[in-house]
Amino acid sequence: MKKTLLTAFIAGLVFGLGLLVSGLANPAKVLAFLDLAGVWDPSLALVMIGAIAVGLPVFYLAKGRDLSVLGEQMKLPTSTDIDRPLVIGGLLFGIGWGLAGFCPGPAIVATGAGELKAIVFTVAMLSGMGIFHLLNRPKTGGRGRPA
Amino acid sequence: MTIDWNAFTPISALAGGVLIGVASALLLALNGRIAGISGILGGLIDRTAGETGWRLAFILGLLIGPALWLLFATLPAIEIRADYPVLVAAGLLVGIGTRYGSGCTSGHGVCGLSRLSPRSLVATLMFMGAGFATVFVVRHLLGA
Repeated sequence: MKKTLLTAFIAGLVFGLGLLVSGLANPAKVLAFLDLAGVWDPSLALVMIGAIAVGLPVFYLAKGRDLSVLGEQMKLPTSTDIDRPLVIGGLLFGIGWGLAGFCPGPAIVATGAGELKAIVFTVAMLSGMGIFHLLNRPKTGGRGRPA
Repeated sequence: MTIDWNAFTPISALAGGVLIGVASALLLALNGRIAGISGILGGLIDRTAGETGWRLAFILGLLIGPALWLLFATLPAIEIRADYPVLVAAGLLVGIGTRYGSGCTSGHGVCGLSRLSPRSLVATLMFMGAGFATVFVVRHLLGA
């Protein structure tokens, strides 16, 4: 087996465990965080702080490198545009997130836990991505959008 | 604003965040890729040549996480109160929105902010703002 498949698998596994430990995989806790006007549970702000504290130095060190430790081409986002798709897409995503309490990672983890409602959400989410894919052809490298 | 101190779990939130950061760092340092879940899923749907294997492996890891956890302890609560029509609408919005906006909580939120990307900061402010506003409307205006 290729080493990069194993490392991607391990990264996914650790990511999933992090979602479970943090409480982000629990929609009720996510919605309690998003409910500023209710009795607010600030926990999830600390998830972002913990993740970024690790991410900052590593992304800093990775900057400008061409190859990863395993010799893979580094593929970092190149777009710096702050445009309409970014804003509208972010808003649509946020509405969905606020309705169900699921963003993509936790939905996959909760699907892995066998939660029927998570499976339904995930199927709808993948359908949404499929709809975007169909509307967005011909694609430009998977991140394309209408000009 | 009233803080729910009983529900506040700072240690597990920080620890889980560190694990998420470590996972993103591993994927970046070893595979040279961004751990953005919507990008990984969307890439599988788009079938970008040469990028399918690692994406499937990563998603498999996410899916197997709970089973691995169950070998050592009972799973933490996963409480989903939304009913099915709401879940379907929310799922569609999350799917379309994350692809149109090129990222989600992980790609823009964790990785983008770690890269100090202004683009990701704007995206994060948009989805956080919309999330806060949506919960406010649903819970406090509609009273659901």
